[in-house]
Amino acid sequence: MIDREQVLHVARLARLELTDAEVGQMSAELSAVLDHIKKIGELDLSGVAPTSHVVEVVSALRPDVVDPSLPVEVALASAPAVAGGGFLVPSPQAPVTSSEGQSLR
Amino acid sequence: MNREFEPVIGLEIHVQLSTKTKMFCGCALSFGEPPNTHTCPVCLGLPGTLPRANARAIHFGLMIGLALGSELAPRSIFHRKNYFYPDLPKGYQISQYDEPLCRGGQLGDIRIHRVHLEEDAAKLVHAGSSGRIHGSEASVVDFNRGGTPLAEIVTEPDVRSAAQAREWLTLLRTTLRRLGVSDVNMEEGSLRCDANISIRAVGSTELGTKTELKNMNSFRYLERGVNAEIARQEALLRAGGEVVQETLHFDPATERITSLRSKEEAHDYRYFPEPDLVPVAISEEMLSAARDAMPELPAARETRLVGLGVSDANARQLAWRTELGDYFEAALGAGGNGSAQPQALANWVCNELVARVGEEDPNASSVTPAALAELVGLVAAKAVTIGNAKLVLDRLVADGGGPSQIIETEGLGAMGGGDDALDPIVEAALAANGDVAEKIKSGNMKAIGAIIGHVMRETKGRADGAEVTRIVREKLGV
Amino acid sequence: MTEARNTFSELTAMTACTAVEAIERGDISAAEVFEAYRVAAAADDLNAYLWVAEEAPPAAPAGAALAGVPLAVKDLFCTEGVPSQAGSKIIEGYRPPYTASVVARLAAAGAPLLGKTNQDEFAMGSSNENSAFGPVLNPWDRARVPGGSSGGSAAAVAAGSAPWALGTDTGGSIRQPAALCGIVGLKPTYGTISRYGMIAFASSLDQAGPLTRDVSDAALLLAHMVGKDERDCTSVGFPGVIERPTATTLAGVRLGVPEELTGDGIGMEPGVLAAFNATLALAEELGASVETCHLPHATHALSAYYVLAPAEASSNLARYDGVRYGARVEDGSLVGMYTKTRSQGFGAEVKRRIMLGTYSLSSGYYDAYYGSAQRVRTKIAEDFRAAFEGFDFIVTPTSPSVAFELGAKTADPLSMYLSDYCTVPMSLAGIPAISIPNGLSEGLPTGFQLAGPAFSENRILDAAFALEQAIGFDASGARTPA
Ligand SMILES: [Mg+2]
Ligand SMILES: [Zn+2]
Repeated sequence: MIDREQVLHVARLARLELTDAEVGQMSAELSAVLDHIKKIGELDLSGVAPTSHVVEVVSALRPDVVDPSLPVEVALASAPAVAGGGFLVPSPQAPVTSSEGQSLR
Repeated sequence: MNREFEPVIGLEIHVQLSTKTKMFCGCALSFGEPPNTHTCPVCLGLPGTLPRANARAIHFGLMIGLALGSELAPRSIFHRKNYFYPDLPKGYQISQYDEPLCRGGQLGDIRIHRVHLEEDAAKLVHAGSSGRIHGSEASVVDFNRGGTPLAEIVTEPDVRSAAQAREWLTLLRTTLRRLGVSDVNMEEGSLRCDANISIRAVGSTELGTKTELKNMNSFRYLERGVNAEIARQEALLRAGGEVVQETLHFDPATERITSLRSKEEAHDYRYFPEPDLVPVAISEEMLSAARDAMPELPAARETRLVGLGVSDANARQLAWRTELGDYFEAALGAGGNGSAQPQALANWVCNELVARVGEEDPNASSVTPAALAELVGLVAAKAVTIGNAKLVLDRLVADGGGPSQIIETEGLGAMGGGDDALDPIVEAALAANGDVAEKIKSGNMKAIGAIIGHVMRETKGRADGAEVTRIVREKLGV
Repeated sequence: MTEARNTFSELTAMTACTAVEAIERGDISAAEVFEAYRVAAAADDLNAYLWVAEEAPPAAPAGAALAGVPLAVKDLFCTEGVPSQAGSKIIEGYRPPYTASVVARLAAAGAPLLGKTNQDEFAMGSSNENSAFGPVLNPWDRARVPGGSSGGSAAAVAAGSAPWALGTDTGGSIRQPAALCGIVGLKPTYGTISRYGMIAFASSLDQAGPLTRDVSDAALLLAHMVGKDERDCTSVGFPGVIERPTATTLAGVRLGVPEELTGDGIGMEPGVLAAFNATLALAEELGASVETCHLPHATHALSAYYVLAPAEASSNLARYDGVRYGARVEDGSLVGMYTKTRSQGFGAEVKRRIMLGTYSLSSGYYDAYYGSAQRVRTKIAEDFRAAFEGFDFIVTPTSPSVAFELGAKTADPLSMYLSDYCTVPMSLAGIPAISIPNGLSEGLPTGFQLAGPAFSENRILDAAFALEQAIGFDASGARTPA
C-alpha cells in the first residue's frame, strides 16, 4: 500500500509532477503491484547472497589512454538551450555563484 | 553559566587524481580549456553509453590507501548515488558506498575512516542576467571537469580545532604530493575540503549534532570557516538554541555562513550497485604495482633523516616540506668541495636558506644544492667564518655562482688555521688593550671578547674567533 | 531499361540466409534486395517503423558475411545521425553522434541499416501500446497487439518488410513479440552482446538479440552480433562461434517442463497450452525425453523483476532532464524545468515504473524490496542450475496468451505484467532462451520457448531447428499478398 503522501514524496524525488487525479491513480496502481511484489517478503532469504549481476567478470579496467573528445559543436548539437559554449540551464536556487564541487558530498 | 565547549571535527577531502584521462571515459583531463571541449558521449551521459573504470585511478587509489595505512579491499564495487543537478549528466554520480576501495588507516594523529573513488561533477557557471531563461537567472554547464577521477578521503572525527584541521590537511597534501597522485592545489580545486563540525561540553563523550561546512577553498579559509562555524554553534547553544543538521556554505569574502539547502529538500540518494560496472578485484599484480610505485613518505623520511644525525626538529621540517627535503638530499649528495655534515647542512637549509627564500621552493632559487653544500663544507673547514658565510649566502641568493669564487673575489676567506697573517694582528690587539690582556692573564677569560672584537674589526670579520682565542692563549701563556 | 529479373515480392519472400546465398552466387544483387525492402518498409502500414532509410547505403565490402542483406533495428539502438528515440517523446528526433557497437558490428559484417522500428517507450511494455509514436499493429490481425517491447521489429519481420531485425529483451521483449507475431526471437546469454549504444532500460537485464523468420536466420545474425566489446565492461563475448544449426532429431535430449511456469493459476490460455503439449509430443517423436521439473522460485520471478527492473530504470532515466538533449519544458526554476520536462516527456507506463523503482530504492524500503529481489534472483539462478543438472533444456510456452486486442490490458498494469510470466525467470538468471513459432491458437501464433544454460546458444539453436522443421509452421497468415 502506498498512500498519496508517499506518492507525492516519490514523485518529488523522481522529478515528476502528477495531477491530483494521477496521484490517486498512481497510488492505486502502485499499491496493486506492490501487493503482488510483497510476496517475496514471505520467502526465507537469510544467508542468500544478493545478485547484482550474472556475469562473472571483475575489474575490466580501461588503460589510462586518451581518446579523442567530441568537437564542441557536436557536444552541444542536441541541447535545447546553449550559451557561451555551454549548456544553458535555469540557475539552481543556491546562494553561490559557482558550484565548484558544491553538489558533491 | 559558562560551560566550556570542545569542537569535534571530521574532514572529507576530495582529491582530483592526476591521471591522463577521466574516471570512466577516455577524455583528457581539462586544464582551463574552452567549455565543453573535453567531452564525449560517455561523460555527457548520452543515452546508451556505458562507463569503464580507469586503471590508473584505481592504482592511485591503492597508493593513497598504502600511504594512509588503510586496509585495501580485495573486492570493491561502485554504486550509483542518485540526485538531480545540472552538473551531474546522468542524474547520478558513480561513487563507492558500502564497499569502498580502502578502509581505516591513520595519518599523523588523525584516523582515517575510508578512501573511495568517484567521478567529479561538471562546472556550473553563473551566466548572470544576460542569459535569462523566462525571467530567471541562468547558469551554463561546462562538462570539461565532469568525470575527473576523485579520491574521497574521510577522516574519523578526531580533529579538535581549526588550527589542527589546517595543520593536518597540510600533512595530507604533502603526503599526496609526494605520492604524485594529484596536484593537490586548493585554490584550483584539485584538493577540496569539507568539514563535519559539532561541539560538545568538555568532558562529554557524546557527539553533538553536526553540520557540514563546504567551499573552503584555501587553507586560510578552512581555518577561518571552521572557527566561524564553531563560534556560531557555541553562540547558538549558549543562547539555549539547538544545532540543526544541515549543509552550510562559507563565504570567504564576508566570512558569513549560510545554509545551502532547505530542510524540505532532504536528500535520499537511493544508492544501489552500479549495474554498468563490474566489481574491482585487486589482483596481486595491481597490489605490487602500487607498492613498487610508492615513494618514501614523510614519516619514513623523518625517521631516516634522524638516523643520519639530523636533529628531530630539522628532520621533521625537511620530511614534511618535500621540496626542502629534496633540496637537502641533493646538497648532501653533491659532495664536492668539503663534505658537509648532515646536521650542519640541515641547519643551513632549514634556517639560513629558508630565512632567505621563504615559502619558495629552494630548488627554484639561484642557490644550487652543490653551492650550499660547498659553503657548509668551507665553514666546517674554517675556511670562512659563519658570519661571512651568511654574507656569501646572501650573494648566492641574489646572484647565484659558487661560494669559493665569491669568497675569493670579495676577500671573505677566514684568517687563521696555519695562516700567519692573523698572528701580528692579535699581537697588535693585545698591545693596544694592555688592561684586557692583564685581566685575561689573571684568569678572566670573558675579557677575551674585547680582543676578538678588535681583531674582527681589523680583519673585517674574516678572522676565526676560535683561532684568535688559541693565539691569545698561546701568547699570554694561559 | 531492362525488365527486372525479380519482383519485390520474390526478393522479400526469401529468408535472410537464402538471400545471402543468392547474393553470393550472383543470382541477385545486394542493391536490389536493399531497395526491395526499402520500398516494403516505406509502405509499411503497421506503424512498425519510425524511420526508413531513404537511399541505399554504400555497397557492403566484397565477401562480407551478411552480403548486404539489410537490417531493421529497434529504435533504442543509437545510430549516428539517425533518429534514436527509444519510442519516447522525451528524445523525439534525437540523432546521436555515435552508433551502437552491435549495429556497427553488423554493418561491418554487411548488414546495412534499413530502418528503425517502433517499440514500447524505453522498452517498457508487452504490447507496444506504450510507444509515444502510436501502437504497432499485429500483421496477423490488425486489431491486436504485436507484443512488446520489440513489437515493431517483430511485426516488420513477420510482415516481410524486413528480412530480419534487432530487438532487445529485458524480461521477454524479444521472445514475447516473436511468439505473438509467429517468428523466431532469441535472447542470448547476458554479456554475449555489447550493450554499448543500447538506450538502457534495466542494465543488468537488457540484452540484444535477433528477431528472424526462421532459426537458421537467427543463428546467422547472432553469429555476427556476439563478441566482447571494450566499451561495455559487462560484455564477455561468446566462447567459440555460433554455428548454423543442422540437427534433424532430438535423440537423447532431455526436456524439462517446469510445473511453476506451465501449471494452473497463471492464466495460460487452453489453446496455447494445447499447442505447447502438441510440440512436446512432437519432440518425443524426434527422440527427446520430456519430464516435469521444478523451478521452486520461478513463481516469485515476476515480483523480483518488477522490483529490479524499475529500480535500475528509475536511475537510467534520470538523465532525461532537458539539459543536454531531448525535449525541455521551461518553467522558470530549475526544478520546475526538470519536473515539467519529465512529466510531459515520459508516458504513463514509464512514469509508473520510475515511481515504482524510485520507491523501492528509497530510504527505508531498499532492504525489503531491492535487497530481497536481488536474493530471489540468486535463488532463481540456483533453481536453473539445479534443473540443468537433469535436463538439457527447460521448455515453456513463451507467452500465456496469443496476441490480445489493442486496449485489452492497458487499464490493468498487473495483467499486462503477467504477459512476461514465462520469460522473466530466464532474464533474471541471464541464460539464453529462444521462442519459435508453435502453431496457431484461434488463428493466432503461439510460441514455444526453449532455455538452456549460459552460453548454450549452439545447442539451443540446434534443438530449435529440429523442432522448427518438425512443426512446419506456416507464416503466410502475416503476409500481405504482393
Ligand atoms: Mg564525494
Ligand atoms: Zn568523456
